[in-house]
Amino acid sequence: MISLNVNGTIHHLDVDPNIPLLYVLRDELGLNGAKFGCGLGQCGACTVMLDGQAIFSCLTPAIVLEGRQIRTVEGLGTVEQPGVLQQAFIDEQAAQCGYCIAGMIMRAQALLERNPSPTDAEIRTQMQPNLCRCGTHMRIIVAIKRASQAMGHAALPAAAVKEVVR
Amino acid sequence: MTEISRRKLFATAGALVVAFSLPGEAETNQKLPGSLSSEPRLSGWIRVDAKGDITVFTGKAELGQGIRTALTQLAAEQLDVAPARVTVVTADTGQTANEGYTAGSHSMQDSGTAIVNASAEVRSLLVEAAAARLGLPAASLSTQDGRVTAPDGRSLGYGELAAALSPDRSATPGNRLKDPKAHKVMGQSLQRVDIPAKVTGGAAYVQDMRLPGMVHARIIRPPSYGATLLELDSAKVEAMPGVLKVVREGSYLAVIAEKEWQAVVAMRSLAGAAKWNAGRALPDPATIFDTIRALPSRAIVIRDDQANVAAGTRSVSARYLRPYGMHGSIGPSCAIGLMQGDSLTVWTHTQGVYPDRQAIAALLKMPQAKIRCIHVEGSGCYGHNGADDAAGDAALLARAMPERPVRVQWMREQENTWEPYTPAMVTEASAALDASGRIVDWQYGVWSNAHSTRPGGAGELIAGWSLPEPTIPSAPVPIPQPEGGGDRNAIPLYNVPNMKVVSHFIPEMPLRVSAMRGLGAYMNVFSIESFMHELAEAAGADQVAFRLKHLSDPRARDVINLAAERFGWNAAAPLAKDHGRGFAFARYKNLAAYAAVAVEVSVDRESGLVRVIRADIAVDSGEVVNPDGIRNQIQGGFVQSSSWTLVEELRWSTAAITSRDWGGYPILRFQNVPQSVTVHLIDRPGLPFLGTGEAAQGPTAAAIANAVADAAKLRVRQLPLSPTRMKAALSA
Repeated sequence: MISLNVNGTIHHLDVDPNIPLLYVLRDELGLNGAKFGCGLGQCGACTVMLDGQAIFSCLTPAIVLEGRQIRTVEGLGTVEQPGVLQQAFIDEQAAQCGYCIAGMIMRAQALLERNPSPTDAEIRTQMQPNLCRCGTHMRIIVAIKRASQAMGHAALPAAAVKEVVR
Repeated sequence: MTEISRRKLFATAGALVVAFSLPGEAETNQKLPGSLSSEPRLSGWIRVDAKGDITVFTGKAELGQGIRTALTQLAAEQLDVAPARVTVVTADTGQTANEGYTAGSHSMQDSGTAIVNASAEVRSLLVEAAAARLGLPAASLSTQDGRVTAPDGRSLGYGELAAALSPDRSATPGNRLKDPKAHKVMGQSLQRVDIPAKVTGGAAYVQDMRLPGMVHARIIRPPSYGATLLELDSAKVEAMPGVLKVVREGSYLAVIAEKEWQAVVAMRSLAGAAKWNAGRALPDPATIFDTIRALPSRAIVIRDDQANVAAGTRSVSARYLRPYGMHGSIGPSCAIGLMQGDSLTVWTHTQGVYPDRQAIAALLKMPQAKIRCIHVEGSGCYGHNGADDAAGDAALLARAMPERPVRVQWMREQENTWEPYTPAMVTEASAALDASGRIVDWQYGVWSNAHSTRPGGAGELIAGWSLPEPTIPSAPVPIPQPEGGGDRNAIPLYNVPNMKVVSHFIPEMPLRVSAMRGLGAYMNVFSIESFMHELAEAAGADQVAFRLKHLSDPRARDVINLAAERFGWNAAAPLAKDHGRGFAFARYKNLAAYAAVAVEVSVDRESGLVRVIRADIAVDSGEVVNPDGIRNQIQGGFVQSSSWTLVEELRWSTAAITSRDWGGYPILRFQNVPQSVTVHLIDRPGLPFLGTGEAAQGPTAAAIANAVADAAKLRVRQLPLSPTRMKAALSA
């Protein structure tokens, strides 16, 4: 049994300890945001946050994540109430196929929580690990800047921790 | 009108109403617009439910290009309803018209034209129905917000009138479209209807579908083309946790497990247990262009203009090369198959549900009527990637595991090594200038494989190649002009009295190839527009002025002038050190959107690295339905084409494809994308929609190459203009 805190909910899961976090999120928890892209940490489609840092969930085994805080794009907001970055991506129409976008948002979230007013160069450096094939890069950069302006002091409000056993 | 059709018409509900607008004989001979010509029934496109909500049916698929949103706007505008009341059902063999493939920038021209006209006709039928009910002339009635309103204030909702719409009612010729000046929804940048779910983790892709009882499969592909399975001991894998079945049919090998990770682990183990013979050898990558040039080809003369003018005084010639390239979808291909009794459903991100169904039927030897293919979005495809093949896999595996939905997703290295690439190509151009600097003779040849090997037949699905009775790919055929395949955009729009253009079609395919965004247009426009730059230099002329001097199409001239103006084109103005400016133009397929591109680049003489600093792109897509949708497509196309042009090149050895991951096939990342790409639109209200999705690919490549030549003071004619190649050229 592994206990994982995902978006403020603790899940007790009976899984292979070597299973990468990506497959726990998608297959066990039914979350869609993190995507399979390469399984090699080369594209960033699977990016989520771990204790405030952007990580590749396809490479991170579940066993090392106990007691740590995992956040996915689902933790930032909903269609009805999008989070600040999500709203900025909608406002800038910063998606084409959108397959990479949840990973982009999580990597950008990690940046903005650390550095609320990044320069263009800082944004590009932060986003370098994540690939977009549709060529939406410039809109993504603009959306991150827009969110940075809207957020100012944004950190997610600490959610009440729930427990779920599977 | 025949007696039979009259009787049929009157036998249907609401026939009296419908009968008021029957066309005369003369009109029925006119061709219906867009895809209405192949599916004339209005109910095939537009349905109005009892609440007055609208459902639009399109045979085209949402590929991330925003077609769902643009089609929503067309229906909302012509029917006078809020966009929120319009639902769009996309490509589904169980529900929508057969519109072939969603490809070639055809969706707005074909499906959009059908839907805008069908919507307008349905509105007019609803108004006529209301006129009959209210006893007023139709012309006195108006529509808004889903209601038909009379001058006296009485009104009827579309839902109450919907019964008047016979499902058998066919569209009739005639223009019922609103005056573009009255548009409230068309021409506006309505936000994409699919983006909110995509940014919040909603179920947006076939990869996200979770059907009850669904199981997960992984394929074990041969190590190379034509390799066959010699030995396999699958006992250990069959005993692994969660494994339900190892599927082996000839050399076709897969594993099905309860959970996805279990399937991945079992796949790796099974791959280790499988012994394969060597497949067919691949050509030596070092000499691939000589190989291509030497392969047997069929010469097709696509232009041969001869005029009696004085011979040129100066001649120029050049040869251009482009490597094999990859679609490189971020999400590997995925599909879900479900065999229930003798019926199969496949959820797929194919570009063509009907052709894919045909191929799957042939693969499984099932009647097409027993198969339903439903399009669900996948990762962007940019052409024929692994989507259809994955659907074939899902179908075979659903047959092996009936009554349970089987989801299969490819691994990264499978997508990279098995997708059909865009072909390597060679072009050769020569031209003569007269004393006044005008081109008087133009000779151009393009050598290429086929640019479409899409399904159709079972041989177009790679799963079939490994079956006990292997399926054989159909013989490749060239896509004829005017659209063209390898010769797409091989004919320049420039006025030249002597012009010969020959397409050398090469049937034999050293690597698996098929359609990628723009097909041959990317290479032909790169070649032609690079060559125009070289000719302008030879003539001592300005790049923009030289193009305009040879161009009479006013819309072509307009985009060129606009791009030049917004960029601030001034060849005499100094640029920063090692910076250069470049220009290019094309009308996609010579019949879709016009695009002119001006760019500024820098070239690092030490590393050979090219950076695109800024770009201004002018586009004429005919009537603009969603300005931001066009901007997004053009900006994205520019960045993608920049990546093709500056870094992308398939790698392989004589034994296997070696571009197995993003390390072996790098694409442009954030630090190297341009500083700015600005799109300027020329709207043409009331004129036909011109396909736009691929319009930026070719001009971008040439504009960058021309700017690189300007900055580096030397011309590299082989793509990509990678740091390695540039550095070698700069130090030569």
